[in-house]
Amino acid sequence: MITPRRWLPLPLLSILLLVVWLLMARSIAPGQILLGGGLALLIPLATYRFWDAQPHVARPGLLLRFVARVLGDILIANIQVAWLIINPRQRMRPAFVVYPLMLEERFTITLLASTISLTPGTVSANLRMDGKSLLIHTLDMEDEDALIETIRERYERPLKEIYEC
Amino acid sequence: MNFFVILEGVIAFFLIAGGIFAFIGSLGMAHLRDFYMRLHGPTKATTLGIGCILISSMLYFSTIQSEPVVQEMLITLFLFITAPVSAHLLAKTGLHLKLKHVPKTRGKPVELHREEVGEKPVPHPEQ
Repeated sequence: MITPRRWLPLPLLSILLLVVWLLMARSIAPGQILLGGGLALLIPLATYRFWDAQPHVARPGLLLRFVARVLGDILIANIQVAWLIINPRQRMRPAFVVYPLMLEERFTITLLASTISLTPGTVSANLRMDGKSLLIHTLDMEDEDALIETIRERYERPLKEIYEC
Repeated sequence: MNFFVILEGVIAFFLIAGGIFAFIGSLGMAHLRDFYMRLHGPTKATTLGIGCILISSMLYFSTIQSEPVVQEMLITLFLFITAPVSAHLLAKTGLHLKLKHVPKTRGKPVELHREEVGEKPVPHPEQ
């Protein structure tokens, strides 16, 4: 882990910007590295005041497993939602659910809300101002407690372990 | 059957699957009953549809140019970052405007605070 410095306030963002730049340019010519590196230094310097402090990734291995699991869930979610839309006999059971949050950092809450929006039949609709609960709309819900429990065990607990333990 | 025929089949499969998913996602926009349900179409089915099309594009151009092409991964990354955010903003706007939802919807959307509907200034987070 690189420690932030005065001229390098967000090291991870800088690395990401450089990698994205090189991928877009599709070359690793010295000129491109110089240009991308310059941008990777300047953009974080210009924007770091808008960023929340980024929590430390405590366990990178778990993060990879979490990403793999979310990708798998996205695949299943897509097929489920597609089936719900085209199956005329399916009775949908839409619902609003208030999900009590366990996470505290705004950054991890953002990650959780995005994950919820991308996975099975749920869209996160509103975060309370106090940051303690999230309103979720689901397309087809059997049982409120079961849904909350699934999200808690499948997404929120791993995120908490990865970032806040 | 040589390698390229099989590859062509795989690419065609991903293109068709992508087209079908994108179509179903759009069909959901027309077919579902209320605003909040319609939100699910573009965030879910379309993501997979575009994913499939990008995979086939990656396979095709990697073979044609005989070197790996990875910009499509970037498109996927940007899509995964922006799709939930725009869905969240749309849902939030729906709550602000108190849009109707189908009667069989269980649960209730929360009452928004006065700060959230802009009747009171939002306090600075660090105070």
